[in-house]
Amino acid sequence: MSQLRYEAPGSVDEAVALLASDSDAKVLAGGTDLIVQMRSGLRKLGLVVDVKKIDELMSVSSDGGAWTIGAAVSGAEMNENAALKKDWPGVVEAVDLIGSTQVQGRASAGGNLCNASPAADSVPAMVAAGATAVIAGPNGRREVPVEQVPVSPGKTSLATGEMVVAIKMPAKPARNGEAYLRMIPRTEMDIAIVGAGVSLTLDDGGTCTAAKVALGAVAPTVVIVDDAAKALIGTKVDDAALEKMAAACSAACKPIDDKRGTIEYRTKVAGVMARRAALIALERARSN
Amino acid sequence: MAVEADAPRMEFDVVGHRRVRPDGVDKVTGRARFGADISAPGMLTAKILRSPHAHARINSIDTSKAEAMVGVHAVVTSADFPDEHVPRGERDTLVNVMAREKAFYDGHAVAAVAAMDAETAQDALELIVVDYEVLPHVTDVVAAMAPDAPVLHDTLFTRGVDPKPDKPSNVAKRVEMGRGDVEAGFAEADIVIERTFRTEATHQGYIEPHACLANIGADGRGEIWVCTQGHYMIRNTVAALLGIELSKLRVTASEIGGGFGGKTTVFAEPVAAALSRKAGLPVKLVMDRTEVFRATGPTSSTAAWVKIGVKNDGTITAGDIELKYQGGAFRGSPIDFGCMSAFACYDIDNIRMVGWDVVCNRPKQAAYRAPGAPMSTFVVESVVQELAERIGMDPVDMRLKNAARNGSDSAYGPKFGTIGLVETLEAAKAHANYTAPLGANQGRGIACGFWFNFGGETCTSLNVQTDGTVALMVGTPDIGGSRASMCMMAAEELGIEYERVHAIVGDTTSLGYNDTTEGSRVTFSSGMATIKSARAAIEVMRARAAMIWEIPVDAVVWEKGHAKPAGPNAGDFEPMSLADIAAKSGATGGPIAGHAEVNADGAGVSFATHLVDVEVDPETGAVKVLRYTVAQDAGKAIHPGYVVGQFQGGAAQGIGWALNEEYVYDDMGRLQNAGFLDYRVPVASDLPNIDTVIVEVPNTGHPYGVRGVGETSIVPPLAAIANAVSAAAGVRLTDLPMSPPKVLAAIDAQKD
Repeated sequence: MSQLRYEAPGSVDEAVALLASDSDAKVLAGGTDLIVQMRSGLRKLGLVVDVKKIDELMSVSSDGGAWTIGAAVSGAEMNENAALKKDWPGVVEAVDLIGSTQVQGRASAGGNLCNASPAADSVPAMVAAGATAVIAGPNGRREVPVEQVPVSPGKTSLATGEMVVAIKMPAKPARNGEAYLRMIPRTEMDIAIVGAGVSLTLDDGGTCTAAKVALGAVAPTVVIVDDAAKALIGTKVDDAALEKMAAACSAACKPIDDKRGTIEYRTKVAGVMARRAALIALERARSN
Repeated sequence: MAVEADAPRMEFDVVGHRRVRPDGVDKVTGRARFGADISAPGMLTAKILRSPHAHARINSIDTSKAEAMVGVHAVVTSADFPDEHVPRGERDTLVNVMAREKAFYDGHAVAAVAAMDAETAQDALELIVVDYEVLPHVTDVVAAMAPDAPVLHDTLFTRGVDPKPDKPSNVAKRVEMGRGDVEAGFAEADIVIERTFRTEATHQGYIEPHACLANIGADGRGEIWVCTQGHYMIRNTVAALLGIELSKLRVTASEIGGGFGGKTTVFAEPVAAALSRKAGLPVKLVMDRTEVFRATGPTSSTAAWVKIGVKNDGTITAGDIELKYQGGAFRGSPIDFGCMSAFACYDIDNIRMVGWDVVCNRPKQAAYRAPGAPMSTFVVESVVQELAERIGMDPVDMRLKNAARNGSDSAYGPKFGTIGLVETLEAAKAHANYTAPLGANQGRGIACGFWFNFGGETCTSLNVQTDGTVALMVGTPDIGGSRASMCMMAAEELGIEYERVHAIVGDTTSLGYNDTTEGSRVTFSSGMATIKSARAAIEVMRARAAMIWEIPVDAVVWEKGHAKPAGPNAGDFEPMSLADIAAKSGATGGPIAGHAEVNADGAGVSFATHLVDVEVDPETGAVKVLRYTVAQDAGKAIHPGYVVGQFQGGAAQGIGWALNEEYVYDDMGRLQNAGFLDYRVPVASDLPNIDTVIVEVPNTGHPYGVRGVGETSIVPPLAAIANAVSAAAGVRLTDLPMSPPKVLAAIDAQKD
């Protein structure tokens, strides 16, 4: 019978040492993906390192407007943080889409990122918002844009012994708005067929000066659509600009046919979701 | 007093009111014991090894390594299920519970292990070596009928065709029924519409997976504790497959977490029993959700062609339908019910129904709520709606013009008695939802539906306790609130409070044979037996009062829970209550009980009309159900709360079937969505409040007028929703499920 070892260290250093000791080790945050995968026989592990006893991974702080969100902070906790939600509603709403109320009590943005699912809801939202991941490992710490963490379905760029300890959100720019929308066949309890995160910043005259558009579930990893951003920058985000952005999104899709959706459908709806997310982002930018 | 009223009773004290359900406290506190909740000393845990191939010859199975493993007590394969003594009618069941020469679908059981714990059993499964020769497979109903399709059974020759085929095929049978001359009927029509339709397989989706505990002793006597809709069916089938005498096998039904028809057959029970017999220890077998999807249920996927003609005045002149139902790897899809119910809502002179029963490499279909009817009704009611639009007639009015009425010849033969279709149509039309304003991208759909309902064999026993309470034992598992309904009918008949009657489901040795809880039969049939049991007990109590009063029994009447002298001539005695008589029973002849055994006829058919509004997102194809209304004839609603629950539940399952539920196979014939994440039943937020209208046209075949209500409610939704989506999208949807990709593709195709 296979033996599973469970450890719950109290510090990042201990966690890193444990992870470095076993190339088959896996970090357990909320467990809403990991435990399901283990139960279904998809993953067989020797060591599980529960990081919920580490204060740094379980706390949210802000410094000069910039946010540090512990990698194991639950979606429910993020959602209840009014100041965080005011600054980055798109990211918080994206995290809130993961699973049911019960799952929200456990699931974390850090876990969602490291599970490396192409359909992860929080990832396009975090990418659009310019989030970074703080990674701790045997050689110290490094910080990378979140899009550099997942490299293919189920795989990350983390080396043996490395773990994400926090997600950092920059200080909220003035007149910036962001939003995330996804398409699912049901109204909840589902996995995105297409997800779109859009962030845009306006000048005083309402012209878009910066934008970032990221798509989920249309390629092996999150797709940053530069042409979509370009379609918005310099415009008043009018219908013509939005159409151009939507077309750029559809053009950037490299999806697969699977049980959840077809190539044709994902490609078409990616533009629709991005346009609708951009309209929400625009509304938010105007009121910020 | 009259033992059998000629017309259904119309005045009630208990019946027709909402009463507290007797199983409620157990279910909310966790005290209720479901299939997996029973354990026995020395119990083993069983796991089943399943075929990873859709179609494969099994050259050999080597279980030696698994058998040698520490903690493994028994391993079974088809060698442990000899077929010589198995009756012909049960052979397919035997092959389905354990594959023999071939595995016929992804998930087909090929071996099973009983071990000291689940981990050991799982590890042992991985040591079993099966030598498969993978064969070409087919999972689509139309492809399975093609002349060059891979043939599943070389012993299957199409029945019902002339000449008799000389080659085996996947077509098990052809049926044809109807009346009149359809060609002449179409010649009379002003408008004729002809279309083809497809529906996907859907699973019953019960929350509780199949679970049982089997304990078969060395002396051949045994017990099974099981989650099922029919423990007598479990007993009879397991006994037939394993060669056990009926009286030696005692089966107890657990509480049940949903069935919807899917628990009217055996899957794991014979395997658990065979393992227990081999190991000499109790064996528990609990399926996981993946196994439930891969190897149990679902209903048929179908293909259909239909042609219906109508005059400009709304008269339907002819209907012609051809239905192809695949029933999984074995014969027996509900094609007959599909054909019989297709035009059952209408009184049409010229109709023809042709049906094909087809096998393919999918799990053996199981009954699912009104088996066969939703798919054929989807086809007919879609075209009826379209015809009403074409002639510019209100869709309810056109249905009323053609509706089956009291005394009509039914489309499947017999004359209808007193029926309530017209009343449900009128209720739908009168409902505020029929005229609610619709916005952009919104559409309204309406459809009718029919189900036969069933009576069948039932046996109940009612014991009057010495404290004046009553213990009722029924033999039909309670999947829809029947214990409450039975207690209400017993209380009504006895003239006592509902709270003084308590019902249990007896095991197979405690009562005579009971048919399975299916066919919406229990409130009707067990209800009838309960009423008769109560009347039998009343006879005993009248006799006891007569004995005490020393007057003839004819001089004693039973009124409102009391024995009374029939009139002044009978004598001047204080009425004796049920409790008074029960308290004295020891001195007047012993225990007071009533029993009844019936094979109930006269289950009244049931009709419903459903009305639904949806909104379609034209850019994503997503469908939102805005309003939903069910009007259905219940005959007499014994417990209106449960009746409403049945109406709403059928509508909810129909919404899932119409919009998102489907079996997705890869090109190897393996099921891709064997779980509730990707097999999308509706979640609460997908559903609006489902409004209900209980129509009561009493069934003359039941003392209280009861008609079964459990199944009819899933018949109209597919068509009602398709009609609404088609209206909202501006394009006719004919292919279920109407998932967002399909709806968007249809909208975009319309634009091009």
